[in-house]
Amino acid sequence: MTRRLFSHLSRRRFLQGTAAVGVALAAMPRQAWTAEEKLINVYNWDTYIGETTLDTFTKATGIKVQYDLYANNEELFAKLKEGNPGYDIIFPSDYMVETMIAVDMLVPIDHAKIPNLKHIDPNPNFSDPAFNPGLKFGVPYMWGTMGIGYRISKVDGVPDSWGDILESDKYAGRIALLEDQRAMIGFTLKYLGFPMNSINPDEIAKARDLLIKNKKNFLTFAPDSGQDLLLSGEVDLAVEWNGDIVQIMEEDDDIAYVVPKEGGMVWIDNICIPTGGPHPDNAHAFINHIHDPVVNAEIANTIHYPTANLSAQKMVLPEDLVNPAIYPPPEVLARCEQIVDVGDATRLYDEAWTAIKAA
Amino acid sequence: MDNWKGNKLAFGVLLAPPTFWLVVFFTVPLAIVWVYSFGERGPQGQTILALTFDNYQRAVEWIHLGIIWKSMWIAAVTTALCMIMGFPLAMGITFAPRRWRNPLLLIVILPFWTNLLIRTYSWIAVLRTRGYVNFTLEWIHDKLDGLLTLAGLPEVMGTFEPLQLLYNQTAVIIGLVYVHLPFMMLPIYASMEKLDRSYLEASLDLGAGQWRTLFSVTVPLVMPGIASGMLMTYILSLGTFLTPTLLGGTDSMMIGNLIAHEFGPSRDWPFGSALSFLLLYATFIILWAKATFAGRGAASQLGI
Repeated sequence: MTRRLFSHLSRRRFLQGTAAVGVALAAMPRQAWTAEEKLINVYNWDTYIGETTLDTFTKATGIKVQYDLYANNEELFAKLKEGNPGYDIIFPSDYMVETMIAVDMLVPIDHAKIPNLKHIDPNPNFSDPAFNPGLKFGVPYMWGTMGIGYRISKVDGVPDSWGDILESDKYAGRIALLEDQRAMIGFTLKYLGFPMNSINPDEIAKARDLLIKNKKNFLTFAPDSGQDLLLSGEVDLAVEWNGDIVQIMEEDDDIAYVVPKEGGMVWIDNICIPTGGPHPDNAHAFINHIHDPVVNAEIANTIHYPTANLSAQKMVLPEDLVNPAIYPPPEVLARCEQIVDVGDATRLYDEAWTAIKAA
Repeated sequence: MDNWKGNKLAFGVLLAPPTFWLVVFFTVPLAIVWVYSFGERGPQGQTILALTFDNYQRAVEWIHLGIIWKSMWIAAVTTALCMIMGFPLAMGITFAPRRWRNPLLLIVILPFWTNLLIRTYSWIAVLRTRGYVNFTLEWIHDKLDGLLTLAGLPEVMGTFEPLQLLYNQTAVIIGLVYVHLPFMMLPIYASMEKLDRSYLEASLDLGAGQWRTLFSVTVPLVMPGIASGMLMTYILSLGTFLTPTLLGGTDSMMIGNLIAHEFGPSRDWPFGSALSFLLLYATFIILWAKATFAGRGAASQLGI
């Protein structure tokens, strides 16, 4: 569940990844004429799978799993950008699925080969998401939100507005924002009453100016180490992924998580098959296995992220199900938005972020 | 004896692997980045090959020049601090008893055996609010407070407020100086070790004091080492991105961070490439300045 904990180690990850690609390349099969060889190359986030998932898959199908890790969507994209080095299964987030579909990096899923699709939550957010209509290019895996993690004893009530950190001197110097331009500018846009995925230059400029004006209150733009800063007492409020905060809540009772009333960000990770994967049949079998309710519940109970598999949810730990930091109430979710790829408008965010950091 | 260059076969055999290495792993990637720098970013972050100078035009916008200027400034401060510490360190090791020299050098080089990332993380543990520096200060504070209370002056010290040492420019410079000190110290040591000590004796015999000898004899003689050390420290800290990422605050973006950002989250490889080349050109200018400077030094020596 600390899947984003190490994203700032991307250099080391990169080296590991390079080695792993070497292994994967060496393992690329000679195209078999008959059935596929019993092998699959899975590329996933760190600590983002159950303890027994891979073993039960091998036991059930006889297919051996080669497992490799990445730290963020951009690393995944960069790795596959110049051609698939041999992966069969990847786990991109919502906006990255959209991007990858646009540049032909994903192959359509054959729903007939995945009977367990019937367990997917029928809520259109999961069964027919805007970034992947009709689940044509992938199947939802786990999901979550981004909001504010805070130290209960050090804040005045619940910091349930983005204004508490974005436009108030109340917690000056005790706030860590996340090194994530789309999310940070996105939340500022939401606070100002604009859509989180705005492509309007004036709105983005207003968000930029607000962040520049209040920059003095932020201690740092944490490279996804906000939960560490919060746990060590360096800051009292940190914008972070819910899973990262849930993890430190287990270590420290004084930590809580809130999605501000203006709304936060909701994300869905997906299981997809990248173009050029050598074992597409095995990949379908793998997706089907992941959505076996028993297997899926074991994953969710290991990593403490909410699952998109409704049948599995019945077997999720009761304390996880009632934890609003993991499964937010529907009225909170209704206020959240997904990040979507804004295409050429990315440059607006890019320039605004550089201006904020250079100011 | 034959000129070794005369043996064409041996020459070729020896030269082939490094040439191959340089061309395949240095020249070709650099050429690709150079070609990219004239390209365009596709809407999904693809790199579209083109022939446009937009990326360079964007790279020399004031905001990016400001970031480059700030990086050069941070690198300059780092180099100066490394110089102030590295020169006495090199001198100390050079003039230490012979049997101590290698152990002392080892202590300087030892940190290199640990990953840069881990060494930088250690600085977080040292500098953070609940880190070792603040623990020490708090301990001193409490002891003093206790003493003053005993002396009948309670509450003079007040409560201990930890210092904010991390997430600012100072922390970045501390991290950079720590990492780059050996790059400054080792070249100076190398030239100082070769120094003919009779020059120093002559200077002292002829009535110059220790300081005069240091600045008029030692420093000019080890100038090549000093120049190499400064150059190395400056160029390495100019392009850094790890230290500001981990130790810096909200205004610590250096040019290396901007480039990493363009290749990462922004998925704008053409612009990132243009920025990289801008940094490369800046480095070339520094190297050219050094060559000119060194050339003039050689000329003046010949003139004597």
